[in-house]
Amino acid sequence: MSEKELGKKWDRCLADGAIKLGTGLGLGIVFSVLFFKRHTWPISFGSGTGLGMAYANCQNDLRSFYMQHSSEKEQ
Amino acid sequence: MLRACLRGANSSARKNFGRTPLTNLQPCRHYTAGESGGAAKVVAAGLVTVGGGIGGTILYAKWDPKFRAGVEKNVPYSDRLLGLALGPASQYGGLPIKNQEMAQPPSMMEKPQKGSKAKMEKKLKDESPAAEAGPVPAQPAPSIEEASTEATHIISAISEMSSVPAPCDSEAAAVKEECKECHDHKDTALSAMDEPEPVASEALKERPVEEVTARLALQDQEEQEIITSVSASLDESLASSAKATLQAIGAQEAALQAIAQHTVKLKEAMEAEVPPEEKSAQWKDLEASLAERTSAVTSAETALSNANEALHSLKAVIDSSKGLKVAAVRPLVLAAEENLHNMVVDLDKVVTKVQSSESEAKIVSQYSELVNEAKLQFQREVTSLTPEIQANWKGLTGKLSEDDLNALIAHAHRRIDQLNRELAEQRVREQIHIDASLEQQKLEDQKALEKAVSTALQHVKEEARLEQERKLSELREVMEAEMRTQLRRQAAAHTDHVQDVLKVQEQELRADAEQVLSRKMLEQETSYRQLSQEQLDNFTLDMNTAYARLKGVEEAIDSHVLAEEEARKAHHLWLSVEALNFTLKTAEADVPTQPLQGAAQAVRDSCHDNDFALALASALPEESLQRGVYSEASLRARFHALRSLVRRVALIDESHNSLYQYFLSYIQAALLFEDKHQTPPTQLSSEDLDPFKLLAYASFCLEHGDLELAAKLVNQLRGEARRVVEDWLTEARLTLETRQVVSLLSAYANAVGLGTTQAP
Repeated sequence: MSEKELGKKWDRCLADGAIKLGTGLGLGIVFSVLFFKRHTWPISFGSGTGLGMAYANCQNDLRSFYMQHSSEKEQ
Repeated sequence: MLRACLRGANSSARKNFGRTPLTNLQPCRHYTAGESGGAAKVVAAGLVTVGGGIGGTILYAKWDPKFRAGVEKNVPYSDRLLGLALGPASQYGGLPIKNQEMAQPPSMMEKPQKGSKAKMEKKLKDESPAAEAGPVPAQPAPSIEEASTEATHIISAISEMSSVPAPCDSEAAAVKEECKECHDHKDTALSAMDEPEPVASEALKERPVEEVTARLALQDQEEQEIITSVSASLDESLASSAKATLQAIGAQEAALQAIAQHTVKLKEAMEAEVPPEEKSAQWKDLEASLAERTSAVTSAETALSNANEALHSLKAVIDSSKGLKVAAVRPLVLAAEENLHNMVVDLDKVVTKVQSSESEAKIVSQYSELVNEAKLQFQREVTSLTPEIQANWKGLTGKLSEDDLNALIAHAHRRIDQLNRELAEQRVREQIHIDASLEQQKLEDQKALEKAVSTALQHVKEEARLEQERKLSELREVMEAEMRTQLRRQAAAHTDHVQDVLKVQEQELRADAEQVLSRKMLEQETSYRQLSQEQLDNFTLDMNTAYARLKGVEEAIDSHVLAEEEARKAHHLWLSVEALNFTLKTAEADVPTQPLQGAAQAVRDSCHDNDFALALASALPEESLQRGVYSEASLRARFHALRSLVRRVALIDESHNSLYQYFLSYIQAALLFEDKHQTPPTQLSSEDLDPFKLLAYASFCLEHGDLELAAKLVNQLRGEARRVVEDWLTEARLTLETRQVVSLLSAYANAVGLGTTQAP
């Protein structure tokens, strides 16, 4: 069902975002804890990175139909 | 309103005409008054004309019976009026004249017909003409009579007469011979005396042939009866009279004989001087002969009276038969009369003979009486003289004495003297006596003479009359024979002429008939040929038509078979299509229908020779075949679910597809309110391509069951919305496609079914 795709995409997006955010946060936390002396900037950096990556992935995923691979273009 | 108008019209009319009657009356009166007089005149004139016409008609009808007949025929009930006015129609006035004219030719025709018919009948009945010389001669007499009348009529009215039948002549000739025979045998053949029928003194009317024949038969019968009766009577009377006459004659002759004998004997007795014994015997003989004579005379007288009676009766019969006014009886009557005359003559002769002998006998008897008287006187004298001597003095010769003898002699002398004196006286008176007796005798002779003369005259008259009649009949016969020969000649000439004419006619008729026959034959042949040709043509035509019909029937049957086949196939197709249709309905909510593969296969099977159906059947989309299609309801429901999604991604397309756009489109969807359902316009304009509007339109269409339009509208979505509804669209498309194909198939099957079913 094509209408379910979007939902699926959003699910993925969200799941991915959650993961990425979590991971970023976790890494951030880890890094912040580990490397960056509990600064908050790695957490935010990490969450931000995670979120950003998730956003980008979501967007990309949502755009994926409209964007063709270069290989496909060349073909 | 109408009534008001009418009322108004009536009132106006009344107003208008109310005035005019007053003014019109007077002229009307004048008019009617004048006209009444005029009408009366006209009526009177008409009546006069009609009366005059009727009177004129009646008068003219009175004068002209033909006109009357015409009027009576043409104008109904005029016969009554004319009968009232003129008396019963003298219709028969014209006819008697005609009848009289016509009666003679018919009577002419009747008579020869009658005569010939009677003759022919007789001839047919009789076999031996000689034996029937009697009956047949009856006919020639009438035929002769009739032939004479015929001849006169023929000569007078030759034009009206039709041909006299030829057999009449030959028969007449034969009959004439027989007639001659009859005349020869008439004396002997007294048994057969016929009398012809009375000549037609009947009414002068034309009679039909059957009547004529009946009358002929009747007349023949009557004739026969009369003939038999008259013949019988004549026979009887003739026979009786002949017998009586003969008897009388015989008796008279016998009387004569007796008288003669008696006279002779008397004379002998008177004059002969015989011995006394013989004298007594003689006297006895005399007495006997006297007795005989008296008896003979009486018998003769009775016989004579009988004969006279018989002759009278015969005469009466002859007169009566003469009085029957029949012509042909004359020769027979003539014969009878001659017989009668002869008999009468004989009788008279014999009677005269007897009378003469009687007179002689009287004389002799007188003489004998005188002698007897003298003898008696003498006897008396003798007895007076000699009383003792008895009468019979002849035997007393020995007994007489002398005195007696002397006395006798003296007496005798005295007697002689006396007698001498008487003789002298007698001689003296002789002359006177003789004169007186002569006178007496003369007178008697005269009387006798007169009587004889009268009888002789009568006889002669009778004979003359008979002779005349005989001559007359002979003459008539001769004339009739001559007439017959003339007639025969004429008839022969006529028959010759008729034969010639007939021959000519026969020739002509034969020629005509042959012509007609040949023509008719030709016609018949041509018609026959035509008929046969027609028959042949008809037959071939019939055969052709039959063959054509047979062919037609065969074709019809074949086509019927084909049609049946087609119908069956169509039915099959229809059934399969129905099945397919049914499978479409098996869709439940969110569950597609059963795969249409089987039904489609069935459809395909049921129409392998039908390209259209095959094409259609193969046009079914694979998906529907494999998986089935969704029902409209499910699609609708899905659309509703989709709608919100589409609203949410309404702004997303190729260019605008970042998350931000997504966010914006989400907000738009949250904040924008549109109609749930909106009637789609007939033509989409550019502003109608807004997804929200499209969704509204599509939703409206879906609500109203128009999936196609909804699909079309949804198809206008672009971008992400489009991507979202792609599946729905595909499903809708599938469903629509399948439905279309199925409906087409069904329509086709229906059409085919309708086409193949034959309307009742």
